[in-house]
Amino acid sequence: MNAEKQDRPGMWGRLKAAGPWLAVGLFAAGIIFWGGFNWAMDLTNTETFCISCHEMRENVFQEYRNTIHYTNRTGVRATCPDCHVPKEWNYKIVRKIQASNELLHKVLGSVDTPEKFNAKRQKLAESEWSRMKKADSRECRNCHHYEFMDYTEQGRRAANRHPAAFTEGKTCIDCHKGIAHALPPIDQGFAPW
Amino acid sequence: MRARALAWMILGAALSTAQAQEPPAVRSERGQTPIDMERDIPDIFRYQRDRPPVPRQWPKQPPLIPHAVKGYNITKNFNHCLDCHSPSRRKETGATKVSDSHYLNREGRKTINVSTRRYFCMQCHVPQAEAKPLVENTFRPLKAVTK
Repeated sequence: MNAEKQDRPGMWGRLKAAGPWLAVGLFAAGIIFWGGFNWAMDLTNTETFCISCHEMRENVFQEYRNTIHYTNRTGVRATCPDCHVPKEWNYKIVRKIQASNELLHKVLGSVDTPEKFNAKRQKLAESEWSRMKKADSRECRNCHHYEFMDYTEQGRRAANRHPAAFTEGKTCIDCHKGIAHALPPIDQGFAPW
Repeated sequence: MRARALAWMILGAALSTAQAQEPPAVRSERGQTPIDMERDIPDIFRYQRDRPPVPRQWPKQPPLIPHAVKGYNITKNFNHCLDCHSPSRRKETGATKVSDSHYLNREGRKTINVSTRRYFCMQCHVPQAEAKPLVENTFRPLKAVTK
């Protein structure tokens, strides 16, 4: 019995024999797999990737080009994923999985013309607003920390409204809608001619 | 034969009028600068930042916009000015009231909300930039004259 066992080592025995080399190998494979996965995901987190689809390039991207997050005095920019993809990994992976639905609609051609896009604008805008609201405008706050706002440097109106709104528990998106893209039709109650 | 002569006459007349009416010379927005040369960059003005409301210079002057309006678009979908200046938002935002004259329809009857006739705010209300006047201006506000 004993001799037989020594001849044919079990699973544990073989593992022990491979020992440190196996551990190193697994560790290296892990780094390559994990790094590769994140690298591939980061490739989908660039402006270039976003506007490689004409749905984005010809609709929302054109609107965004006129705004302060595209071009400004210092050249510090917030590109598509800075606002639309969370930075923290756990939130990011959830958003990325949800975004696979967008691939389906790319294939279906749901918003492949400006007319189709505008017809859906209300729904698309509202879903992004509610995502922002639920997350307490997390993506805005990656750069805009209200704790560090210097109200003496802000304009009269901003310096008045910001502290009041924060005290009321408002979040960025409550007021700052349509800062990067055109707004859907909103009834402002204009009287006829 | 006669028809043919008539056709030639008409053609001749058409050609002569075409020659007489020379098309007006096209004036390019670039001026006289050739296409392969860069033209002088026109002055770039910065709009003034927020300040308290500017007093009127004459009665019924459309009040000036005392803040920057970059990115405040007025589109078919949304009027950004009314986002703060509308009667329903004014209390919250502290923006200047829209004048009562803007609550009249074209028959002169009062309307509940701002009339669509007043949709394009910046046709009359304008923001200010630190720019040199293009022509000399000797205007003095009424108050300064009567003093």
